[in-house]
Amino acid sequence: MADASTPFRIKGATGDWEVVIGLEVHAQVTSNAKLFSGAATAFGAEPNTQVSLVDAAMPGMLPVPNRECIRQAVRTGMAIDAQINRWSRFDRKNYFYADLPQGYQISQLYHPLVGEGSVEIEDGETVKTIGVERIHVEQDAGKLMHDQHPTRSYVDLNRSGVALMEIVSRPDMRSPAEAGAYLRKLRAILRYVGSCDGNMEEGSMRADVNVSVRRPGEEFGTRTETKNVNSVRFVMAAIEHEANRQVDVLEAGGKIVQETRLFNPDTGTTRSMRSKEDAHDYRYFPDPDLLPLELDEAFLAECRASLPELPDAKRKRYEGLGITPYNADVLTAEVESARWFDALLEAGAKPVAAANWVTSELFGALNRLGKSIADSPVTPARAAELLALVADGTLSGSLAKQVFEAMLETGDAPGRIVEERGLKQTSDTGAIESVIAEVLAKNPGQLEQYRAGKEALFGFFVGQTMKSMGGKANPKVVNDLLRKALASG
Amino acid sequence: MTVLTDLGIAAIRDGVRAGDFSAREVAEAFNAAVAAAKPLNAFLVETPEHALAAADAADAARAAGEPSKPMAGVPIGMKDLFCTQGVASTAASHILEGFVPQYESTVSQKLWDAGAGMLGKLNMDQFAMGSSNETSCFGNVISPWRRSDGGNADLAPGGSSGGSSAAVAARIAPGATGTDTGGSIRQPAAFTGISGIKPTYGRCSRWGVIAFASSLDQAGPMARDVRDCAIMLEAMAGFDAKDATSLDIAVPQWEAGLNASLTGKRVGIPKEYRVDGMPQEIEALWQRGIDWVRDAGAEVVEVSLPHTRYALPAYYIIAPAEASSNLARYDGVRYGLRDLPDGANLQEMYARTRAEGFGDEVKRRILIGTYVLSAGFYDAYYTQAQKVRTLIAQDFERAWERCDVLLTPTAPSAAFALGEKSADPIAMYLNDVFTVPSSLAGLPAMSVPGGVDAGGLPLGLQIIGRALDEQGVLNAALAIEERAGFVARPGRWW
Repeated sequence: MADASTPFRIKGATGDWEVVIGLEVHAQVTSNAKLFSGAATAFGAEPNTQVSLVDAAMPGMLPVPNRECIRQAVRTGMAIDAQINRWSRFDRKNYFYADLPQGYQISQLYHPLVGEGSVEIEDGETVKTIGVERIHVEQDAGKLMHDQHPTRSYVDLNRSGVALMEIVSRPDMRSPAEAGAYLRKLRAILRYVGSCDGNMEEGSMRADVNVSVRRPGEEFGTRTETKNVNSVRFVMAAIEHEANRQVDVLEAGGKIVQETRLFNPDTGTTRSMRSKEDAHDYRYFPDPDLLPLELDEAFLAECRASLPELPDAKRKRYEGLGITPYNADVLTAEVESARWFDALLEAGAKPVAAANWVTSELFGALNRLGKSIADSPVTPARAAELLALVADGTLSGSLAKQVFEAMLETGDAPGRIVEERGLKQTSDTGAIESVIAEVLAKNPGQLEQYRAGKEALFGFFVGQTMKSMGGKANPKVVNDLLRKALASG
Repeated sequence: MTVLTDLGIAAIRDGVRAGDFSAREVAEAFNAAVAAAKPLNAFLVETPEHALAAADAADAARAAGEPSKPMAGVPIGMKDLFCTQGVASTAASHILEGFVPQYESTVSQKLWDAGAGMLGKLNMDQFAMGSSNETSCFGNVISPWRRSDGGNADLAPGGSSGGSSAAVAARIAPGATGTDTGGSIRQPAAFTGISGIKPTYGRCSRWGVIAFASSLDQAGPMARDVRDCAIMLEAMAGFDAKDATSLDIAVPQWEAGLNASLTGKRVGIPKEYRVDGMPQEIEALWQRGIDWVRDAGAEVVEVSLPHTRYALPAYYIIAPAEASSNLARYDGVRYGLRDLPDGANLQEMYARTRAEGFGDEVKRRILIGTYVLSAGFYDAYYTQAQKVRTLIAQDFERAWERCDVLLTPTAPSAAFALGEKSADPIAMYLNDVFTVPSSLAGLPAMSVPGGVDAGGLPLGLQIIGRALDEQGVLNAALAIEERAGFVARPGRWW
């Protein structure tokens, strides 16, 4: 992200341009059932196996709101500190398409469930607040498949009626990086709350990207909307391309046409889909099959009480425990990491050592193994045991690494590995002293040099001692005894 | 000997219970009457085996000494707007021709659970849009009634529940389901000399009922008399979690609560219903109604419903608006008609399927509805109509401070001849002038026969009640029924 002191600018032939970005994020609500029907919502099921009579818009079928979907949207609103509207209403958005069985999408135009809220994004010390205008709840459409038959198209209604939250930001972002940071932060919040799995590849989260350019400080320019972009990287690329395209048009004396565009991930470019003149007249009106949604205090209280600690609060708490801001950031970026780390602390691990160990040892190992933290072979409880063995001096740092490797391989408890492999660190001064005496006796040359003032050789004696003891000696004890032995010469 | 097809719902139920005749005999009699009444064109599908199966179940239960179900052994007609499992359900539209639902509407299921059987699916105005049954794509129903003054024209049975009204009036069904969006139970009941009640919006589940205008559609019974309506409504009503607008309250025992005494009750006469050009016969009927309720002990008071004249225009904005959206699902993609010539694209398929599948009146309302919802017109039409709707509901609220029920004529005339108004949609829409306001307000309203006109054709009186006061409506209707002594019935010509 650009530093606040050096704002992101597109350098045009005629001067600098500022980019203005707003995002409409469609997030699939995590729920076992669709927004208005009891049908299931699993991804990747065989086509048309998750379709109820309501989803297929059979004659006489009626929508009934799914309480869980409403609850998740309300919790999401609370998580971005938004106004929750106790009275909201569903509207029909009317248009014909083969993937839209009812001939209308049930959405919320006039009275959305969630009003004004905000999301904070950070770049080091700089914090920027991105406004969220509203969150409304709506149905997803089905999917057309054009590649199954030479002349026919097929329709898969599995997604038809799945609950989406449309999270509409204010045009508050000024660079592709800010848009990326906003999306990542929003995704993290959704995943913390558990209202959306944030899986952009499976389409559970996608964004419509509104972009315009202007001379810094001037009025907003005409915007274009690039539809259905499905990764953070693509969103940033789409903005980059679209902003530059607009600058080129304007600098060539042209005008930006308000239109809907499509992003091509293969070329990283956008192309026109339809202009405002071709836009549908959606004939929105309140859905007469549904009563207004009225939320009572008990429902709201339950939603509030069920909210987990959110990323910002968690990061601050970690920092309060002495964890470095960098580590706190890394640990809270993904809800799974944060949950794992919290479990580790719960199991008694010391925060600072635990944070260092997770961000270096654990993440390094998972990365090497190609595993996510959710399928880590080592549980937080076992990791806490390992860290405890380090803390009480049973294991040295290098022994701990060996034990951890064994844990990754076998899944065994660290105590058992230490026991079986005899990896326990020794602080037995008698044993260490006799090894030190041996080392000194075997290396008279180095001893002479040391005593002549080449103190850097201290490390050599430590290394030799540790090596002779198979790495199991307590380094602190070794240091102390060695210093004594060298001094007593 | 009893002619079984002359019996109404209560008489059949009681006769079967008492063992005076078997349910099977009843079903067979009505099945035969249905089969013999083809000239009326009241039934689109006949299901004699369904009626027989329900009858046999009723007889078997009685033989086994099991408690009798509320409508055990009563065969009824089912308006074709209700989806019935395994039986074609078309809303009398070509676009749904051949559509056989794999599910049963809540209301029809409740009737089968109450022991009723189905004689068949009843003809109607296409998608319940019409007041004469002439918009059915399967040909209009012909009313069993004929003028007594020598006029021999085929008459409209009313609409949209015209198959239901004709079947009950012709004694080929003791009762039938209807649906009412702006008067589609009450006006056909009035035209054919039977009773019909539209309950409070939300009393009967809309699940499985092919939608016309969701905020107005309500199912209700059409039967020979008030008691039969009470029995059948009890079986049809009740909360349904599958309909978000369904009312989660208990169903009263309306039949047990019937009471023709109106002592202590106040009956309101809304002065705005005295419309210009109202036929003298309708005026006279209304006056007789006033005399009857007074005779039954009620105090009669004049009340004002000042926004009445805006009801019809508001209705003809709101109902088409909802319909234009509700009928978007008939697109040729998943079921029903599909017109897809070689090489045609999706847009062409939509256009051809819907042009071919919908009748003129349905298209007219889709066009009106699309227009009033479109950008730039929405506020002027739809929003304004919703405000009128609120004002009309408030008119009724104020009236309830002065009276318990309202008494009005059901329709501005007796049945007209088929073809008489079909070329003039506005004249046809005016038929709903007395029934539409209570529909907009979601109130229970009932038509009960009040007499005949000079041509011997039935005229109906309408009772409108407070929300959820079906009992008050039924009781006032019963008071009129007892005093009107309506015994006229159509002679059999078919």
